[in-house]
Amino acid sequence: MRRHTAVTALGAAGLVGATVIALTGCGSGFDEGSNPTGSSSAASLTSSDDPLTVMIGSSGDAETKAVQDAVAAWSKTSGVKATVVAATDLNQQLSQGFAAGSPPDLFYLSTDQLAGYAGNGSLKAYGDQLKNKDDFYPSLVQNFTYDGTFYCAPKDFSTLQLVINTGLWQKAGLTDADIPTTWDQLAAAAKKLTSGKTKGLVFGGEYARVGAFMAQAGGRLVSEDGTKAEANSDANVQALTYVQQHLKDGTFAYASDVGAGWGGEAFGKQLGAMTIEGNWLTGAMGDYPDVKYKVVELPAGPAGKGTLQFTNCWGMAADSPNQKAALDLVEYLTSSDQQLAFSKAFGPMPSVESAADTWKKDNPDLVAFLTGADYAQGVPTNKGSADVISDFNAQLESLKTGDVKKILDSVQQNLEAIVK
Amino acid sequence: MPATVAPAPPHGGLRVRRRGGVRRGEGLAGWVFVLPVIVILGVFLFVPVLMALWVSFSDWTGRGSPFSGGVRFVGLDNYASLTTGGGLATRDFGTALRNNAWYVVLVVPLQTALSLLLAVLVSRRMLRARGFFRTAFYFPSVTSSVAITVLWVFLFSYAGPVNQIIAWLGATGPNWFQDPRGILNLALGGGPGPAWLADSGFLGISWWDWLSGPSVAMLALILMAVFTTSGTFMLLFIAALQNVGEDLTEAGMVDGANGWQRFWRITLPQLRPTLFTVITLGLIGCWQVFDQIYTGTQGGPAKTTVTPAYLSYTAAFQNQEWGQGAAIAFILFLIIIVFTILQRWVLRDRPVSRRRMRPYLPKGVRS
Repeated sequence: MRRHTAVTALGAAGLVGATVIALTGCGSGFDEGSNPTGSSSAASLTSSDDPLTVMIGSSGDAETKAVQDAVAAWSKTSGVKATVVAATDLNQQLSQGFAAGSPPDLFYLSTDQLAGYAGNGSLKAYGDQLKNKDDFYPSLVQNFTYDGTFYCAPKDFSTLQLVINTGLWQKAGLTDADIPTTWDQLAAAAKKLTSGKTKGLVFGGEYARVGAFMAQAGGRLVSEDGTKAEANSDANVQALTYVQQHLKDGTFAYASDVGAGWGGEAFGKQLGAMTIEGNWLTGAMGDYPDVKYKVVELPAGPAGKGTLQFTNCWGMAADSPNQKAALDLVEYLTSSDQQLAFSKAFGPMPSVESAADTWKKDNPDLVAFLTGADYAQGVPTNKGSADVISDFNAQLESLKTGDVKKILDSVQQNLEAIVK
Repeated sequence: MPATVAPAPPHGGLRVRRRGGVRRGEGLAGWVFVLPVIVILGVFLFVPVLMALWVSFSDWTGRGSPFSGGVRFVGLDNYASLTTGGGLATRDFGTALRNNAWYVVLVVPLQTALSLLLAVLVSRRMLRARGFFRTAFYFPSVTSSVAITVLWVFLFSYAGPVNQIIAWLGATGPNWFQDPRGILNLALGGGPGPAWLADSGFLGISWWDWLSGPSVAMLALILMAVFTTSGTFMLLFIAALQNVGEDLTEAGMVDGANGWQRFWRITLPQLRPTLFTVITLGLIGCWQVFDQIYTGTQGGPAKTTVTPAYLSYTAAFQNQEWGQGAAIAFILFLIIIVFTILQRWVLRDRPVSRRRMRPYLPKGVRS
């Protein structure tokens, strides 16, 4: 018996070996299709008759349809065929495309993914060739600049501001004159609004909300040019201490502390009279028609006004065979008119300054969000920063009982390892 | 190989001669018949595993083929950054191992005991509507884990049914899926640990964190795993119980053994092979837990439900650290192998010890 199994094993191993060799052959075969040269050098764009594939991570049917319609309209005028694919898991589908050497030509790309894909040469840096390059908000361009190169066009953006439940506001005897413009006033208003189950200010216990306080105190996690970690600065300590103090006295609360999944849910259920959220909140408030609300700017901290901004860009694959057409499509999709149309369809804020006035006129209640663009700071984009931030978030969840300096020191240590 | 050149074993003579005669060509036919399976398994299982092994030793960044010229061999670098690097990667891996270790420690014994109990209950000849109970207990196992996870998130939400029942009993339920506190820590009153536990640790995680137990959120997932898998394993135990002969049990009755003794001394030892299967499958399934995390908690709150399988996924697909992702998968593979060998050794057949044998020997015999 033993002899027989040995022979079987040998045979199987031989077969596996042969298949490995065959597959490796395949591997180098499909590698020829990829184009390892034109990644960071901005000059040449590929051009061919190939149709384009646009992959999006859609928030819902409204967004998918709006992008499909826009791309179809562009196809008609340009004569280049293009299809829109709504990914179910964008990260995974992109990774598969890059590994196989056949990625989509254009795709949504978030700030925290930029460094990873730019670093391994998957992305075409086309930013400097955009005709409407100077129209984008400079802080957004900064968000998509890696190693000094402007990679991709911001497709839209959002900022955080303070949202107030006007019903509860009046019930607490507050008027428009009480709208907070400083940290002290915010704390005072939150104290008046706290009663029973309702907390004064409720927000998610994560960097993407608490970071706004850090910005108001003049702090950031990574210096603006992305070369220096400064998480444990005095400004950040001051900001977290302020938040901690009011978490302790019960006038501020995290959404999870009041049993909600996020700030918007807590706000809609009136578990919080104020919240810190972005313009996506308006969509969710449709579920709570009874709650009347108002968006105002976040109060200024010790270092003035501050908030965070979040954005995605139109990433272009280095392996795309028809980058010329793709660039043309990006210019079309980021044009002022098209972005205003997107805004009407599913609510994002246009990333170009020329659309600002029309947008403010169309959305008078949401003006504060766009005003935030003047002083908003981006989230860190260094490679590996997503991990550091999720670790920071994990620690922020226990900020109430934690040691502020110790938390920030550990973030600093993690950031120093990835910032070069 | 020495085994093949050594003189043939006594019955091996026949084999050598089979090449002649009617049976000639049988070996070849055999190979032809199994070839499709070998090719399919090879292409879709062995080769990808070997490719992943290569990736875990390389600096592949996820672009193009991992065998292309630009990909370099980096030795054990990926493994080192996970285990001895001391940075965030090490701490994340330590956290994932801690979470999953608690998950295994609680789920495997609980699901094994519960499934055995259920199997014994529904196998009783006295029980009416046995079919109904078997179906009812088995039902969670046939439902997709995603559907069950969604149901669980709803049941254990802050104002959900579970907390309403707890409130009805006069207590306040925790905010299950948002609560990162360890349950052992909570049982001991919460708060930070003593310095001698908090200041030193393993894989970047302090001993206090290792010992503080699964988080409240993880506990909910543990309950879910026990709920969903017990049915499957109950089925295995039912099948095994049907093979347990009545005669031995009757012999036990004649010898005056009570029900408990009959179960413990007669039935259970005969279930040992099934027990081995159940524990092995349980260990493997628990160390690989992924879909509940992916659909339910995404690793939160405060990373207390991150598991190595989920960490491997995020390292590769979200952070483009493909080498680390593959390395995590292979460390997980080693852990599973070690645990399986360990429990095989624990459950091995042992000769009956003299101490155990003594009561059964006739008086006066001394050996």
